[in-house]
Amino acid sequence: MTELTNLGVRAIRDGVAAGDFTAREVAEAFNANVAAAADLNAFVIATPEKAIEAAEKVDADRAAGKPLGSMAGVPIGMKDLFATRGVQTTAASHILESFVPEYESTVSQKLWDAGAGMLGKLNMDQFAMGSSNETSYFSNVISPWRRNDGGNAPLAPGGSSGGSSAAVAARLCPAATGTDTGGSIRQPAAFTGITGIKPTYGRCSRWGIVAFASSLDQAGPMARDVTDCAIMLGAMAGFDPKDSTSLDLPVPDWAGSLDSDLRGKKVGIPREYRMDGMDAEIARSWDDGVAWLKDAGAEVVEISLPHTKYALPAYYIIAPAEASSNLARYDGVRYGLRDLPQGANLQDMYAATRAAGFGDEVKRRILIGTYVLSAGFYDAYYTQAMKVRTLIRNDFEKAFEECDVILAPTAPSAAFALGEKVDDPISMYLNDVFAVPASLAGLPAMSVPAGLSSAGLPLGLQIIGKAFDEQGVLNAGLAIEQRAGFTAQPEKWW
Amino acid sequence: MSVDRKTVAKIASLARIKMDEEELDRMVPEFNNIIAFVEQLGEVDTSGVEPMTAVIPQALRLRDDVVDADPLTGGNVREKVLANAPLAEHGFFAVPKVIE
Repeated sequence: MTELTNLGVRAIRDGVAAGDFTAREVAEAFNANVAAAADLNAFVIATPEKAIEAAEKVDADRAAGKPLGSMAGVPIGMKDLFATRGVQTTAASHILESFVPEYESTVSQKLWDAGAGMLGKLNMDQFAMGSSNETSYFSNVISPWRRNDGGNAPLAPGGSSGGSSAAVAARLCPAATGTDTGGSIRQPAAFTGITGIKPTYGRCSRWGIVAFASSLDQAGPMARDVTDCAIMLGAMAGFDPKDSTSLDLPVPDWAGSLDSDLRGKKVGIPREYRMDGMDAEIARSWDDGVAWLKDAGAEVVEISLPHTKYALPAYYIIAPAEASSNLARYDGVRYGLRDLPQGANLQDMYAATRAAGFGDEVKRRILIGTYVLSAGFYDAYYTQAMKVRTLIRNDFEKAFEECDVILAPTAPSAAFALGEKVDDPISMYLNDVFAVPASLAGLPAMSVPAGLSSAGLPLGLQIIGKAFDEQGVLNAGLAIEQRAGFTAQPEKWW
Repeated sequence: MSVDRKTVAKIASLARIKMDEEELDRMVPEFNNIIAFVEQLGEVDTSGVEPMTAVIPQALRLRDDVVDADPLTGGNVREKVLANAPLAEHGFFAVPKVIE
């Protein structure tokens, strides 16, 4: 039975449809892996009964000869940022610890409608703010990977979708949902040797996803390979009138159109991403990627994205500004925690509730956001950042006149140890230096595993595409996947 | 530009986050580090550049003017709205007395 947990989305779906095994057997196998992996702390809560319930429905539908969905029989992990009816949705925070939604997010509902089942809610950085999973109220996720130096230092699974990345890498689920505001799907995917794609802004509905920075937040799949990501993204995407920025476009058949023949395609290499002091192993893996895409038939051209160095500072104005506004809703009145000190008035209650309910990183960002939006500073910080954001998007538009996709590293290093960067917010922020520009421009971008570092840790390559061209991104990702031959898995210690 | 402790305390108060002295001690240098980091944006010449309003150009839609067209966002769900309230009484959210 254990071998079922080595299967990915497509293999499980096709195996269930063919009758090689039942959806229930698959759900039971993954439920067992989830239950045995408490040491990773990847799940905030396991929901084995939900996985079984969904599987039994798929098995019954198959027995009755009914058509099966694109995710039929596939049990998945759900990042705890998606509202799930009747199941706690905490955003890994204390302030939402008791929150049990009365409604289901559009993306999770679409996945259930496609036949997927829920193994549980995945741990993450609190309100998706973090790059290492160390800001979770429910303690950090530990990566299943370890360095090959025998030291066994616990490593970061990346963030904010670190429960998702750890769970997929450790074979606790074949796939998981993630959300990406400034790299939160791609960086954890790179750290754990899995694949993840952030689609064009607006492809996946934000309705029912706990908001962080609404102009940047996008949901996407995290899975073992490009095909599985394409299948799952197809199930997650689609127009939703309940989200005012949802794209009113048909969802292409990404999985059915996958094609790794890149003849006639141009791949851009942004010269500004080759920064001073770049990690030699990251540079080498990037060179490997260039060679693989050439081998797939693509022409490689150098491009320029002149405002790259300003992306991160712009992001750290825009995202906290939006967060300070979005998180104003947590007031101890309508849902979540309330802290009412003896004799406190309403204002005291707000301040006490938010002091008790938010973690340090969340408070830091709310304060920064409040400051940059305050009268007298708004133009100097927020308006300037939004102008720089325009320049960054213009850079990409100009670059895409010369190429079809862009190849870059996903992160500036392999996974770091837990605790290594936690005392220095800026060095933590720098982890997303390659991921943030595509977020600011709303572009589809994915990370695929490219190889192992000398310490035995996964390295990821990032492909950035034109708006709406998830297909081009997935195709280039597939070309890399076929040539990288990445089969490494973490050795089980948990 | 450096932000002093009084300003950070004021910002915390505007954001309705209670902070004790010890927390402020920690927050002030962190706050200044982040502000110093983002201030490099001042170098960029943005004259004549429009601030971004929508990352993917889109027209905002109007929904049909129909009551409860989508039951997920419609009305008459008071019990559901109140289900997660820390304190609800007589069909309302309850808060500490605001008028003496």
